[in-house]
Amino acid sequence: MRAYIPGYELVTPTSLNDALKLIAEPGWKPFAGGTDLMVLLESGKLEPRRYINIWPLDELRGIEATPDSITLGALTTYTDVQANQILRKEFPMLCQAASETGGLAIQNRGTIGGNIANASPAADTPPALLAYDAEIELRSKDDSRWLPYQGFHTGYKQMLLRPDELLTRIRLPRNKSGWTHYFRKVGTRKAQAISKVCFSAVAHVHDDRVVDTRLVFGSVAPVVMRCVNVENELRDRVINTDLIKSAGQILRKEIAPIDDIRSSAPYRLQVALNLLTDFLSNLGSQPKH
Amino acid sequence: MARLLDVLREELKLTGTKEGCGEGECGACTVLIDGQIVNSCLVPVAQIEGSNIKTIEGVAQESNLHAVQQAFIDHGGAQCGICTPGMVLAAINLLDRNPTPSESEIRTGLAGNLCRCTGYMKIFESIVKACQSNR
Repeated sequence: MRAYIPGYELVTPTSLNDALKLIAEPGWKPFAGGTDLMVLLESGKLEPRRYINIWPLDELRGIEATPDSITLGALTTYTDVQANQILRKEFPMLCQAASETGGLAIQNRGTIGGNIANASPAADTPPALLAYDAEIELRSKDDSRWLPYQGFHTGYKQMLLRPDELLTRIRLPRNKSGWTHYFRKVGTRKAQAISKVCFSAVAHVHDDRVVDTRLVFGSVAPVVMRCVNVENELRDRVINTDLIKSAGQILRKEIAPIDDIRSSAPYRLQVALNLLTDFLSNLGSQPKH
Repeated sequence: MARLLDVLREELKLTGTKEGCGEGECGACTVLIDGQIVNSCLVPVAQIEGSNIKTIEGVAQESNLHAVQQAFIDHGGAQCGICTPGMVLAAINLLDRNPTPSESEIRTGLAGNLCRCTGYMKIFESIVKACQSNR
């Protein structure tokens, strides 16, 4: 049932500082592009409360590059991501995830910060962000801190974001040049679908030996999941059929897919195994970025 | 928190913009905000202050239809009509960004607009014809 609109307040601050002052008071929540929250509103599931309209805050936009990293404002949209030349060249999985999230109308409005803070285990850019060793900046009225994105989500819809903090920036180190990048989203159709399984993986391979790797799955656990145990199995090993098999066995224990409206646990497990196998079998022959 | 869609239809009586799913899946409520397509069911009206909104009512110049609208009429791009305003706006936006899209680019540009009459082939054909008539 549709929500009762007068039960909601949406206030537009004039600056980031004003927004941080508001969020320091109890009861306020940020509201960015609305592509998740407005869906909840329409179905009567959005909590009636006071929301801060951060969408107009230009301080939370923009993509800045230094020789070592690239930093995205939290309100960077999926469309902004796809248009950025450095991201296209050095972070292709993020661009692909952005291009496969919703359709163009969603991509014009949905934001990377929102994709993180909405904390869905089925979100499509977080696997890429984790694989790229992203860090995130959280700001409050009197403080700011950078955290590794790895470990930020602590359980289903749980995260290390205090009620008085706003996610303001996302930083990606520019250190995956020469690595293999692999992104696959499996859903009911190419656009407008929520993932059944999403996989982002990078690997640095030298003489068929895995020097280093990151393997991250969406929609197979209560949080978007970096599979550290599988990574450890692969690191410093030569890729062959036995290694691919043992990596799959470890993956089975590391992820915890469930049955839900979009898919079943056995299907998700099989797809995750297939994607891992596909990635590892083709290491070395994939285009390098 | 009122939805842009409801303000357009119920307060401004601009009923050309349709409501389909109400959750950003179908594209029936597509409008342009500052030249970008959005789902108006997902935009709270508080977020459009100072923005330029274009709905289907703003596409034709007096009695002259846009080439995309004319092509939809000439080539059977509209059946029941519910998806048509969104399809036309998404197509015009695509052609503004890319005047000569490939079929694959047309499909991507319209991927967020669903037609439950399943008239996609005629819709794609209409857009191709509109590109040709623009040349």
